Amino acid sequence: MKIPVLRIYTIGYLIFLYAPILLLPLFAFNDSKVIAFPLSGFTTQWFAQMWADEQMFNSFKNSLIVAGSASVLATTFGVFAARASTRYNFPGKAGILGLIMLPLVLPEMIVAMSLLVVLLAVGVPLSIFTIILGHVLICTPFAVAILTSAFQSLDRSLEEAAYDLGETAWSTFRLIILPLVMPGIISSLLIAFTISLDEFIIAFFLGGNETTLSVYIFGQFRFPAKVPAIMALGTVLVCLSICLLTIAEYFRRRGIAKTGAKDTGGFL
Amino acid sequence: MSLATRWARFRKSEGGSGLALVSPTAIYAILLLAAPLATILLFSVLTDGYLVVEPVFTFGNYIETWTNRIYRSVMMRSLGVSVAVTVLTVLLAYPVAYFVSFHVQPSKKSLWLFLITIPFWTSYLIRVFLWKVILGYNGVINSGLMATGIIDEPLTAISYNVQAFVVTLAHAYAPFAILPIYVVLEKIDRSLLEAGQDLGESKFRTFLRVTLPLSVPGIAAAVLIVFIPTIGDYVTPNLIGGGKIPMIANMIEVLMLVRDNKPLGAAIAVSAMAIVTAVSLLFLFTIRKYLRGQK
Repeated sequence: MKIPVLRIYTIGYLIFLYAPILLLPLFAFNDSKVIAFPLSGFTTQWFAQMWADEQMFNSFKNSLIVAGSASVLATTFGVFAARASTRYNFPGKAGILGLIMLPLVLPEMIVAMSLLVVLLAVGVPLSIFTIILGHVLICTPFAVAILTSAFQSLDRSLEEAAYDLGETAWSTFRLIILPLVMPGIISSLLIAFTISLDEFIIAFFLGGNETTLSVYIFGQFRFPAKVPAIMALGTVLVCLSICLLTIAEYFRRRGIAKTGAKDTGGFL
Repeated sequence: MSLATRWARFRKSEGGSGLALVSPTAIYAILLLAAPLATILLFSVLTDGYLVVEPVFTFGNYIETWTNRIYRSVMMRSLGVSVAVTVLTVLLAYPVAYFVSFHVQPSKKSLWLFLITIPFWTSYLIRVFLWKVILGYNGVINSGLMATGIIDEPLTAISYNVQAFVVTLAHAYAPFAILPIYVVLEKIDRSLLEAGQDLGESKFRTFLRVTLPLSVPGIAAAVLIVFIPTIGDYVTPNLIGGGKIPMIANMIEVLMLVRDNKPLGAAIAVSAMAIVTAVSLLFLFTIRKYLRGQK
């Protein structure tokens, strides 16, 4: 029998990918202040400690506001850009789209620092609002990528049929195109939300005194006694993001099924 | 024809409609991305004053960046880490992408991709911290090896140092390498592989002479999407190195915010991006033969 080398390798690689996430619940339920092996017993006190921390809830609330606004704005911008790039040819198209997609490869540190310098120079006070400004910038490329594939799988003749039947451009968009790309929009909202929720560098530098959840987590790592509670928080977050992603994946697949295209897999 | 009617005609044309539609997103990107980047570029050639940036032109910041030993060594370290991470990530990722594309049933492919992307969507900070736990002095690997008696003293070669940065970042950027390679492998016409084997090539030779060259655009995309952002990583040196082994991003932070020398910070940021761009272009130029004619 042939040894399935590739399959074994891939499973090994998946273990490498999942190693940190598998350790997370181990330490979250471990009855010790030190994050190390051997484990010393089962406890739920870290979850209780995490739940009792008011600062955590405050920063979580901030994160929800930031992620909510950033995902809606980025998806709106994404709809404009994706529709324009799939439907029209216009002068400077490659350059404009290149600029919009640039944050995908630009180090976040550069984005954060250049924005910070300008915001300070213009005199905009740092707050949740400035974090949202930065997050919209880095979430938009992901929204454009997801929505472009949604708009691309649209059948152009459906749109033409609507025009022939006397619909205006706007009513065609609302009645025909929007419902068809809706699954793409929902999946873009969820992905942008997840990215913003996890983002640290921009939130850290543009937030001023306001902390989001990731900034709070970073701060807690300085105090070894606080780390087990962060492991508990991490466990909750992992469960939460797996739920969100499963929903996003469900909508993405339904969208593909709706327009009758072939599933090419993946978000990117 | 008056300007107004000409404008009205352009507004109704395909180009005009497209521009109008893309304009909200484009204006946002110009105001909040292009303008700030231009500001950084401008600052990098101005003089630092007390609490302000003096509008006096100078190349001094660049001279300082490229001649000062400290900045040079931090720059070299960041570049070295980026290159090592890129090579490791892409080498490790290629067989995985190949396996999913060639050895997994089509109906199960999205499930595999979903499994690969899940760890990527969980808190980056917590993942980095857990790598510190895994690789640390009393970490999972060291305590495991000591418990089984393979080693007597903890290995220090993997703890809190540049090697630990590389492993952590190779983990963080894994999906970015797998997905582009996978997409290109999926596009390869399977009949070409059959043709190769019909003509008497072994499976391995077919891979070397057909599959690998055809997948170069995917490898190139993976390399760029891993290499460019890793140069600016801020979290890993901070959490794993405890701030003792700074990389470029930490250097920029110190100069911009702690020492308030924005022009020098800007010059270092611009230099780092210039080096990264130059290395990327050189890489693309070297493999240009394989990128041609496949678009």
